[in-house]
Amino acid sequence: MGILKEQDISVGAELIDPHEVKQELLRKVPAKVARKRAKQIVVNEVHPSEDMPEIGANTRTIPGIITQRGCTYAGCKGVILGPTRDIVNITHGPIGCGFYSWLTRRNQTRTNGPEDENFMTYCFSTDMQEEDIVFGGEKKLRAAIQEAYDLFKPKAISIFATCPVGLIGDDVHAVAREMKEQLGINVFGFSCEGYKGVSQSAGHHIANNGIFTHVVGLNDKIKEGKYKINLLGEYNIGGDAFEIDRVLDECGITVVSTFSGNSTYDQFANAHMADLNTIMCHRSINYVAEMMETKYGIPWIKINFIGAEAAAKSLRKIAKYFEDPELIERVEAVIAREMPEVINVRDEVRKRCEGKVAMLFVGGSRAHHYQELFAEIGMKTISAGYEFAHRDDYEGRNVIPSLKVDADSRNIEELEVHPDPERFRPRKTAEEVERLQEKGFRFKDYDGMMREMLSGTLVIDDISQYETERLIEIYKPDIFCAGIKEKFAVQKKGIPMKQLHSYDSGGPYAGFKGAVNFYREIDRMVNSQIWKYLQAPWQESPELTAKYACD
Amino acid sequence: MLDMTPKNIVERTALRINPAKTCQPIGAMYAALGIHRCLPHSHGSQGCCSYHRSHLTRHYKEPVVASTSSFTEGAAVFGGAPNLRQSLKTIFQVYDPDVVAVHTTCLSETIGDDIPSMIKKAREDDLIPDGKWVIHANTPSYVGSHVTGFSTMTKAMVDYFADRDLQNSRRINILPGYVEPPDMRELKRMSSEMGVEAIVFPDTSDVLDTPMTGQYQMYPKGGARIESLMAVGGSAYTLGLGSFASEAAATALETKCSVPFRMLDLPLGVRATDRFVQAIMEVTENEPPETMIFDRGRLVDVMTDMQHYLYNKTVAIFGDPDHMISLTDFLVSAGMKPVFVITGTPGKRFEQRVKDILKGVVPNPRVHAAADLFYLHQLIKNDPVDLIIGNTYGKYIAKAEDIPFVRFGFPILDRVGHSYFPTLGYRGGIHLLMNIVNTILDRQDRDAPDERFELVM
Repeated sequence: MGILKEQDISVGAELIDPHEVKQELLRKVPAKVARKRAKQIVVNEVHPSEDMPEIGANTRTIPGIITQRGCTYAGCKGVILGPTRDIVNITHGPIGCGFYSWLTRRNQTRTNGPEDENFMTYCFSTDMQEEDIVFGGEKKLRAAIQEAYDLFKPKAISIFATCPVGLIGDDVHAVAREMKEQLGINVFGFSCEGYKGVSQSAGHHIANNGIFTHVVGLNDKIKEGKYKINLLGEYNIGGDAFEIDRVLDECGITVVSTFSGNSTYDQFANAHMADLNTIMCHRSINYVAEMMETKYGIPWIKINFIGAEAAAKSLRKIAKYFEDPELIERVEAVIAREMPEVINVRDEVRKRCEGKVAMLFVGGSRAHHYQELFAEIGMKTISAGYEFAHRDDYEGRNVIPSLKVDADSRNIEELEVHPDPERFRPRKTAEEVERLQEKGFRFKDYDGMMREMLSGTLVIDDISQYETERLIEIYKPDIFCAGIKEKFAVQKKGIPMKQLHSYDSGGPYAGFKGAVNFYREIDRMVNSQIWKYLQAPWQESPELTAKYACD
Repeated sequence: MLDMTPKNIVERTALRINPAKTCQPIGAMYAALGIHRCLPHSHGSQGCCSYHRSHLTRHYKEPVVASTSSFTEGAAVFGGAPNLRQSLKTIFQVYDPDVVAVHTTCLSETIGDDIPSMIKKAREDDLIPDGKWVIHANTPSYVGSHVTGFSTMTKAMVDYFADRDLQNSRRINILPGYVEPPDMRELKRMSSEMGVEAIVFPDTSDVLDTPMTGQYQMYPKGGARIESLMAVGGSAYTLGLGSFASEAAATALETKCSVPFRMLDLPLGVRATDRFVQAIMEVTENEPPETMIFDRGRLVDVMTDMQHYLYNKTVAIFGDPDHMISLTDFLVSAGMKPVFVITGTPGKRFEQRVKDILKGVVPNPRVHAAADLFYLHQLIKNDPVDLIIGNTYGKYIAKAEDIPFVRFGFPILDRVGHSYFPTLGYRGGIHLLMNIVNTILDRQDRDAPDERFELVM
């Protein structure tokens, strides 16, 4: 294929044959690796009302391939429970795990006042030493919990197991039970050893199970306000949840709990009192939503506040669920008030971004959501993928019955949940559900990323360093979105690189104000002057320099 | 900020809060990046590798590439040999490094994976192409700190490469310690200025401070070459800088190749740099040129000119032990009082060295190894200081207590400069001192009432 060699010619993405690109990406790897990767690299085909092409996902990482994936501990402590501000999270392990998950994800936190506890800026660890590995670390863990209690008198303490903990047989749950009894506060543990599962994803599941078992449902207080929802899978990176809260507040919608940006222990304990669960990040939190529905009768819907149109659509969906004309009217009023600024900036930015192409390789959710924002300013996503999402995040939830749990993930516990004998309360009667569905309302709906991408785009799961490099050499996208590890390699190639985990310390990007921030940020990046100066003038046009020298 | 930290200090035996260290493998990864065309490989579950790459990237704002064995639960139980073998096959075929430098994590160390046997078997089975190297260092995270990991991987370079047959009586080795790329560059510049042929290893200059060209080089121009790493076995002498980071390699080199060595403090500040230059003079009989003597003079000049801003100022410092020892010495020579000196890395030797330096200067200094920033913050709450010097994590204490703050050490995640300008040598000393003085002057300006707001300082 000629195009692969003529890299100095800017080729329109539509002229590149994605099937050939796929073969090119597989060409260099060992045969066995190529067979596996072939399943994880898919040329997207969208036929309305048909199933999506099947993608290999949530399978073990190929050793040595240079993956961007992290581990179960990162998914559990780093992602789901780290952002909670008033629980003392103790990492049980050597120092690294606690150290690297200390303030590195930008989960913004704001207390309600000086009396509110905030442990976000702290890293707690048992800092295991050789003797703890040899003789066991339970004694030290017990002592650490006691010291944390004596120092801070927190509402709750949680423990996160790291790789060696499982191997040496420390029982974090037994220690938790014992200390809970002794201290009279909630103490609970997570078996989130780094080697479990195949990625961060297993950690999400373990976190969901733990928080559901040990905290959700402990506080039956009825929160004041109307239209009570939980915001699930929103971690307040760069203040996203603050912006969403602002909009919901203006609509008169009450947020009972957020899982888990700027969250508190009490919010988790009270979460079962909400009347609707709304899911932002499907991958990380769908388990809790499912379990709350079974146990307490709270339905869940997928929403998305990334993109102004998506935000408006999500607000309308929530309003539709509550079927209250007053709310519907108020939501429309808020949208009408927010949109002019959005449209103003969008139209301005669109002039300079229209037709440009983006690639997105992010965790388990944003690679999908941000496509909508790019579309709003006329940019096309030509390739995307997740680090650790499952097939349902790619192909839609209708594939769930056909998912096979493989040997690597089999040991991640599935909780058996039953309706709560006293507190199960269906928020909608069967007739109400039916009526809503007839009007086109969909519960538990997530169609996945691929259905919303164009045919002929490349979808790549768990992309490797090598594939990233080749992909951007072939397509030369106008912007590449991923994380800190990819950032500078991509940028060195002269391609703008936007971090969609940390937002490059920007944000918020959610909601209406977030959309405006994002439009401006992308405009800055794809139209930056800096790419013109990569070569010194005498390198770019030697004859010109020679002329000056003669003058 | 840090509102939960009480003033009252209670001894802790189990709970570590806000560590002043991290774990071994990141140091090994950093050292391995100091070999030309080397791919660091983390033998453990992949989370470690991601964390270490991310943190080095945040510090340098540069690509940091490493591979991992990606342990699953099965491997954690039955051993990681198949994972390492698969890794090597894929790595050499796809990424084609000249060296794969394997380090371990708490996972592979706890299960007791025998890396040398695995490498041997891989070699026998042709998983390692001819002319390619696989080296290893055992880096259990539950022992020491990231400095220990750096030290162990540096020693591995000696164990695997050093060849005593490559004799050259005019050549010396310099083990730079766990310092920044510009420091390694400065050490090379200084020795070359003195007319000395020196091999500095590991060497991350031109690896973690590469230019923007529109091309991405997975293996940049820099890094100690394999020929050089072999030649260290035939050098006349080794100067090891910083005993925590460099003594293991220096000792190994003497044992393996009979290269004599001398351990020195990191040449940071005027006195330690003097000792470094003197050591080169003694070992090589070369003299420092006038340019270097002028550099020294300029550093002393700044110390003289700015003395009144520095004199008797109390300072809290934290960081890696080799740095803290020399920094304490430098601050004392500049007239300051380092009252709290903390490292997260364990080692009684550290406490003794620092206390010796502070004798007669600070009456009752708090010097602690294996301590943390929560404790340091409590010390500061009880006895506020004029200045804090340490890595980025110190900014929370600085903000909480409203104390001026100079960033120094690893990691610095929120500023630029540390990867471009040295703090070692006379020139590095000027740079560090400039940072300290300007920070103090900025604060004086900020706090000055209008009538005392000075134009000339």
